[in-house]
Order: sequence, then structure tokens, then C-alpha cells
Amino acid sequence: MIAFRAILAKDLRVELRTLQSLPAMALFAVTTFVIFRFGLDRTSLEGSLAAGVLLVTVLFAALLAINRLFVAERDEGGFDAMRLAPIDLSALFAAKVVALFVYLLVLEAVALPVFAAFFLDSGAGLPPLAAVLALVNVGLAATGAVVSTVGAHSRARDLLTPLVLLPLLVPLMIAAGAAAEPLLAAGGPEYDEVWKWIGTLALYDLTFLLVGYAVYDFLLED
Amino acid sequence: MPSRQDSLLSRLSLEMPSLRTTAIATVIVLCGAFALAFFYAPNDADQGFVQKIFYLHVPIAICALAGFIVAAIHAIRHLRTGDPVHDMRAYVSIHMGVIFGTGALLTGAIWARAAWGKWWVWEEPTLVSFLIVYLLYATYYPLRYAIEDRERQARYASVFAITAGAFVPLNFMAVRLAESLVHPRVFATSEGGLPGEMLFTFLVALAGMALLFVTLSRFELAAKATRGQISRLRRALDSEAPSAPTSRIAPSTPADTGRAG
Repeated sequence: MIAFRAILAKDLRVELRTLQSLPAMALFAVTTFVIFRFGLDRTSLEGSLAAGVLLVTVLFAALLAINRLFVAERDEGGFDAMRLAPIDLSALFAAKVVALFVYLLVLEAVALPVFAAFFLDSGAGLPPLAAVLALVNVGLAATGAVVSTVGAHSRARDLLTPLVLLPLLVPLMIAAGAAAEPLLAAGGPEYDEVWKWIGTLALYDLTFLLVGYAVYDFLLED
Repeated sequence: MPSRQDSLLSRLSLEMPSLRTTAIATVIVLCGAFALAFFYAPNDADQGFVQKIFYLHVPIAICALAGFIVAAIHAIRHLRTGDPVHDMRAYVSIHMGVIFGTGALLTGAIWARAAWGKWWVWEEPTLVSFLIVYLLYATYYPLRYAIEDRERQARYASVFAITAGAFVPLNFMAVRLAESLVHPRVFATSEGGLPGEMLFTFLVALAGMALLFVTLSRFELAAKATRGQISRLRRALDSEAPSAPTSRIAPSTPADTGRAG
């Protein structure tokens, strides 16, 4: 628990002092919205199109952070230090998952209002949408922490992480898209189908948190 | 030293006579299955002759998925014991699974074209799930290839196999929930499913395809074990000569690991 807190505090402090990931993610998200505005030639979005634009943007912005998640550990010998330290290595996994979750929350705190201002007619669906996004964040953070560790130890580095991660995230995106679509419907949010998809998202999150916890030790063995 | 390599071949029970037996059994059962499909099983009332591809497409797809599950089981055993033999088995299972998966996607596209008039049908949850699973497992090769250290490569490949193994059922669930049910539900429908002749033919075809999967896997395992043995013998003959290059993606045999050390 102490190790978890120390690693998490270190990560958040490093990000606050260097601001390497968060501004880039926010800027990327806003620019992507502008590109979608012209790519789709639409000034307002609703339903599945709105859900798709938002989720794809969040997904690709998240990839920026996931790619950089272990850069400090890799470049500065942090992995060796973790192996030498008398700590449970799942503390590293847990800390990275929480750090990534926090980054994504900050990203969405910027991206969601901008998205609403750019494309949405009413903000009624936003609070439940934020809950859906929180579940998406957990899934992104759990899979991202595992795959990013693999990527950090590989030769292909920045190439391998998105390559492996994208197919792994397809079920998460299916569920998130289906949950977000009725919330962004033209006539205001509808809640009929949402619970089924929230359950699917929760199942995905739980599965990959458990898998990540189970396999993480083997990724850092030497 | 030679006994170590021999014991690897016998541990995997890959001696030539046993390999030949599975190969012959595969040929007999597969030929029997195709004969049954063409001459015994009745033509489908709805789709006619085109439906015969069912006896090829579905067994291939089932074997590919089973290969992924088997790989996950071997990967768990590899992480628990650290024995590279399990990593080899997991690698070969995924390798065969990807090859069979390619076959399943191609035959599925042909069937879709014949039955629905389109090469690809997005409303078809099983086909879409299969494509997603296939895309994920296709990244197994770049992942292995990108990690240089042999032991770490094996460990990461096992972690991948386990994670992807957990992914397969989740993915099928999510896609099925999202799509309408177009795929023929042939085994459990309200009309009672497949007629007896079709079911029997299908089961023989499934057994034949499973045998083919096993035979090809065993041949690849034997090839890997033999390659390790040859490079070790070559080194023993001339320790000065540079060693023969081995595949960079393939998992190392114990002999290879010995050479690296």
C-alpha cells in the first residue's frame, strides 16, 4: 500500500511538473474534433455518430498517454529499481492503472465540454455519459498498463503498443459505443438499453483488472 | 547431452512412427468426412449445394478457436513451471490457430457470398467476432519478434496468450449483444436443429479437422525440436564455426537456450 501510494504520487508529480502527456492529449482531442467537423462535414452530431466521434477521439488520445506510461521507468532504470525494491510488483500495476485513470479523467474534463460545445444541441446526456466514460477509462487503464509494459520492453516500442491494444479494446468500444448512443440521441437521452451495456463494460473492466493483476509479476521478472 | 534432446522429442511424443500414425488417421477421417458431405448428407432445403461448405467452414473455425484456448492453457503452464516446452506448444497452437483462422475467414466469406450475395456481412456476429479475435492473434508475431531476450520473449508471449484467451469469450459476448442474430443457429433451434445425417457428417468433419490441427502442430513441434538438435550437433562437430541462424520469431528449444548462455 505504501509502495502503491509512493509510485502513484511520483507519477502524478512528474506529470504535474513536466506536463508531458496531459496537454498533448487535450490538444490532440480538440484538434481531432475539428478534423471530424470537416471530415464528416457536420456541425452537429447525435446518436451513434456523436458516440463514435467522442469515443474514437478519447481512444486515440488515450493511446498517447499509454505509449508514454512507462517511458520514465524504461529510460531512467525505474524497472530495475522496482525489481530490486522489496515491494509487491502488483503495486506498480495498480499505481499505473490509477495514474492512467486520472490522466483520462483530466482529458475528458477538457474534451467532453469542448465536444458538447462543438457538436451537441443539449447537454442533458452528459452526466450519464460521464459515468460511461469512467467505466471506459478503467478498461483503457487496465489493458493499457499491461500492454504498455510489454511495449516498453520491446524493440518496436511505440509501434507495438497500439498494434496489440487496438484489437484488445474492440469489445470495450462496442459496449461503450452502444451505451453512449442512446444517451446522445437527438430527442434527449434514453435509458432503456444502457444498463445492459454498462454491465458489459463492468465485466470487461473486471476481467482485465484481474488478468492484469495475475500476469503482471511475470512481465517484470528478470 | 544427446539424451537431453532425444528426451525432448520423446517427451513431446514426436517420434516418427507416432507422427505417421496421426497423419494417416487424419487423411482417412478427412477424406471420409468429405465423402460423407458429398454423398451421404442431404442437400440443404434452403441453400442447396452451397451449404456443403458448412462441413469445412465450421470445423476450421472451431479448431482455430480451440487452438487459441489450448494456447492459453499451455501459456498458464509455462508461466507456472517456466518449462520452455509449454511455450513451444503455446506458440505452435497459436500459429496453427492463425492459419486455421485465415481458412475460416476465407471460407466464411465464400459462404456469405453464396448465401447472402456479399463477401462480407457486418450484421453477422460470429464472423465479426472471429475477425476481431483473428486481428488480435495476428499481433502475436510482431510481439514475439519485437522482444530480443529469449526468456522474456517466451514469458511475454505467454502473458499475451493468457490475456487474449480471456478476451475471446468477452469479445464474442459483446459482438453478439450488439448484432442481430443472422447466423444460422444450427445446433439448438426450436425446430430441433440439424437432422441426423448432417449432424453425423459434421461431427466426422470436426474430428478430421481436429486431427489435422493436431498433426500439423506435432509436425511443427518435431521440426522445431529437430532443428534444435541439428544446430547442437553442428556445434558439437565444429565449435569454432558460427552457428546456423534460427528463426527469430520462433520460441527457443532448450538446446537453443543452452547455446545462448
